[in-house]
Amino acid sequence: MSTTAQTPAQTSSKPVRRPGDRIFAGLSTASGILILTTLVGVAGFLLWQAWPAITADPSEVRGGQGLLYYIGPLVYGTLVAAVIALLIAFPLSIGIALFISHYAPRRLAQALGYIVDLLAAVPSVVFGLWGVSVIGPMMLGIQAWSVDNLAFLPFIGGPASPKSMLVTGTVLAIMILPIMTAVNREVFLQTPRLHEEASLALGATRWEMIQQAVIPFGRSGVISGAMLGLGRALGETMAVAIILSISARYTPIITSPANPGTIAADIALQFPEAPTGPPLATLVASGLVLFCVTLIVNMTARWIVSRRAEFSGAN
Amino acid sequence: MNRSTFRIAAAPAALLLTLTLAACGAANEGGATDGGGDSTATDAAPEGESLSGSIAGAGSSAQAAAMEAWRAAFESANPDATVTYDPVGSSGGREQFLSGAVQFAGSDAYLDDEEVTAAVERCGDGELIQLPAYISPIAVAYNVEGIDDLQLSPETLARIFTQEITTWDDPAIAADNPDATLPSTPITPVNRSDGSGTTANFTDYLAAAAPDVWTYGEVDDWPVAGGTGGQGTSGVVAAVNQTDGAIGYADESQIGELPAVNVGVGGEFVGPSAEAAAAIIDASPRVEGRSQFDYAIEIDRQTQESGTYPIVLAAYTMACTAYDDPADAALTKAFLDYVISEEGQAVAQENAGSAPISDTFRGNAQAAIDAIVTE
Amino acid sequence: MTTTQTRPARKPLPPRPLFDDDSSGIKSGRITRVQHVGIVVGSAVAAALLLTAFSVLGPFALFVTTALVYLLGVYGVARAVEGRRHATDRVVTGLVTTFFLIALAPLVSVVWTVVSRGLARFDVEFFTWSMRGVLGEGGGAYHAIMGTLIITGITTLLSVPIGIFAAIYLVEYGGRGRLARALTFFVDVMTGIPSIVAGLFAVALFTLFLGPGIRMGIIGSVALMVLMIPVVVRSTEEMLRLVPNELREASYALGVPKWLTISKVVLPTAAAGIATGVTLAIARVIGETAPLLVTVGTTTGLNINPFEGRMQTLPVFAYYSYATPGIPREAFIERMWASVLTLILIVMTLNIVARLISKFFAPKTGR
Repeated sequence: MSTTAQTPAQTSSKPVRRPGDRIFAGLSTASGILILTTLVGVAGFLLWQAWPAITADPSEVRGGQGLLYYIGPLVYGTLVAAVIALLIAFPLSIGIALFISHYAPRRLAQALGYIVDLLAAVPSVVFGLWGVSVIGPMMLGIQAWSVDNLAFLPFIGGPASPKSMLVTGTVLAIMILPIMTAVNREVFLQTPRLHEEASLALGATRWEMIQQAVIPFGRSGVISGAMLGLGRALGETMAVAIILSISARYTPIITSPANPGTIAADIALQFPEAPTGPPLATLVASGLVLFCVTLIVNMTARWIVSRRAEFSGAN
Repeated sequence: MNRSTFRIAAAPAALLLTLTLAACGAANEGGATDGGGDSTATDAAPEGESLSGSIAGAGSSAQAAAMEAWRAAFESANPDATVTYDPVGSSGGREQFLSGAVQFAGSDAYLDDEEVTAAVERCGDGELIQLPAYISPIAVAYNVEGIDDLQLSPETLARIFTQEITTWDDPAIAADNPDATLPSTPITPVNRSDGSGTTANFTDYLAAAAPDVWTYGEVDDWPVAGGTGGQGTSGVVAAVNQTDGAIGYADESQIGELPAVNVGVGGEFVGPSAEAAAAIIDASPRVEGRSQFDYAIEIDRQTQESGTYPIVLAAYTMACTAYDDPADAALTKAFLDYVISEEGQAVAQENAGSAPISDTFRGNAQAAIDAIVTE
Repeated sequence: MTTTQTRPARKPLPPRPLFDDDSSGIKSGRITRVQHVGIVVGSAVAAALLLTAFSVLGPFALFVTTALVYLLGVYGVARAVEGRRHATDRVVTGLVTTFFLIALAPLVSVVWTVVSRGLARFDVEFFTWSMRGVLGEGGGAYHAIMGTLIITGITTLLSVPIGIFAAIYLVEYGGRGRLARALTFFVDVMTGIPSIVAGLFAVALFTLFLGPGIRMGIIGSVALMVLMIPVVVRSTEEMLRLVPNELREASYALGVPKWLTISKVVLPTAAAGIATGVTLAIARVIGETAPLLVTVGTTTGLNINPFEGRMQTLPVFAYYSYATPGIPREAFIERMWASVLTLILIVMTLNIVARLISKFFAPKTGR
């Protein structure tokens, strides 16, 4: 990959290793190693704290019926919420990013990009409150209508609730939108001008130019942006805790008040009053599971991106 | 373009400027605030006069508002003293207290026997003090169009929350409210989605007052599936407010405009009030086998006594009668003194909506606090 | 190298030849601006009529229906007048704009909520007072603002160099080595660490060395670093990879050492992107509540020493104002909104700074 980048440097500089180079390389490597150490630290800590729950008798674990019984629905709920969020946010973020990078007048585009960046800073508590007081009641009508008319769909069922999984997913989508849009926009803007102009010069319409030059160039960036968003949706705590009504285990229905919880929200909700020992360790164990879920998600994303690696500029 | 950028920049820049100008010291704080803490101030301080230093507490978020009020009032009376309180949750607070990380703790539940053993060790030469200094009635609030006076017997209440009764015109509700015209609105029970002392006390009440219907016992986590969950008191109140036909339980001080259920006690129906809540505390027995200053009480949920309201949360303040550092002891003593004082309880009632403790109990508590050794 | 050769070869020769227009042949017609506005207004009217017929009139429903009618309408008209390719282009333009407007609505709504409710207490007292000794109304968040600035500042100072150097390692030094691959992978994993877990980790780390119950600003910074570093690495890496290799090679060809090439050519080229990435990373952590709750605690007075004692921070202040309000409740809620507004304004300032930096340091690009 970067062999091409190194070849010229190595052939010319092998005899003389400049101190600047050595320091720079050393710093970079040290930073990398520090990050890995931190991660090992976090993982080790999780495992250490979760151990009492893993080794405990199933009856001592939270819920009294074993780890799997407790964590299973939470994993399911986490995935459902994150998938809803991603399904909504993915097309929207590409749309907004394209609009800002290639459709809007330049001045407007700058201002818009700016607003979107700001929104990434709104604390999740606020999105939670806003979700409960604005979006929830607003979506109640649509959900009630769906319950009346679309009940044959397996994931729709009553009674419609302003605190349903669908509302939570929508709010999560809005929350991850800024970060995904920011990444997409930056990637789209990096498309080599020459590629775009070449395409336009050949008579392509704007959309054809985007198809031919922008999208292929930005694909890996878009996917990594989506993963960033997904990671945030999976780990989002306060907003879910405030909005979601949790009172069920596995259910396909996403419009009712009976929903499974999500791991992060469950930790936040139960941690303060959890008795120490296996019950508390159960919560940390669920955190460990969340960690693993993210691991799998990222592995998949990496794999997708690596298949498209040829579009990266630095290879 | 540049100019417009600068105009946008002007507002936050002005903000930053204000901050820098104001730097080092909030306008309301005196010159020497959080000084080194455990200095020599103690030997000079018999009580109340020139207290300084800082102590920390941690625990239940249910009494955070009250702690806030006590702390604020205490600190303005003693400008050199700092009291902090982390509302990390009851068990976190108990844990920190037992490990010696904080000088006092707040908890929705009293220490269990195992923890008392740990507390004996933590307090060393001294003894454990446990006082239910924060008493808060839990209201069962509802939002049913056209009804603003509702009476429910414990059994009916339990059947509503187990979702056995699903509509407001159920005969059981009608039997408790012979004069009301009840709508056929479906009932939406609202519960806390976070583990909380409020849930523990409410379920404890249901388990004691309606044991045949409520079979889940006393639990921190809401055990019934299918209801609507709200985060914290605010979440429950918001959910009840939003839904016609909803009913939920929350601290009486926070339900706002919502009407509260009058629950059946003996032959009558009693609504939540400070007096009725304080009355049940006096009517309840102490937990047996505890040390002299350990005022853990077993709230008598089945009481038939007139004028008592059995759904209350009694949150404890725990401390020791001796500390390694006499400065900590002096400050803790002064702070707890204030907490149980008539003035302190009035401040909490005004700012957190709690029920003031009775004079009888104040006498007992005072004896415990007086036992704190400051030498 | 091979890819750089295939790319130009691939662009002019897409799978579908560009000028093979559909059977209707090349159309020379154009939809004028006025006609286009006509289509938009027409769709809105049609949508309104349609919705009234089904009696489900609402602003959101109206907007969506209008968009759908417009997309169909513009496709039909453009197809007839301009040809298939231009029709598709118009539909996509419409679609992108619609998406943008749909997405903008909630975002604007959030901002509006925060600003309108935050202004109630956005006064001098709020910025100069702490909450020490304040009961009920009044008081301010000066202590929380300082706490947030200090803790986030330390986090940024520590995270940004580590993050950028790690990204440099990945892109410029690591190659396909074991460490580089492990790092790429685990940085991704790190972005998924739940924030509360990061907080617990930091607490456990400091408890190990300093005993239980310790609360300091620096612990919060460590917790936030765990959250911030991966975001910095991720975005910086992405930006560095987008720097064309030709630039590096040109620099090497001139005999410039690698470290100078990186610091004088590669980093400045990617500066704008990196600055955005860092701003986003700050934005990501500045509003974090859960990890600060367990690491820094809360206090009512001002504490500007991150190495001793509890500090107050804006998100925690906002959270507790909401979660455990006293009486009168409104005073607490108003303070909450005002502190959120302050938080957003702080990020806005950072954003401007980041933009100015990238404007001054980034070399001129083609646009």
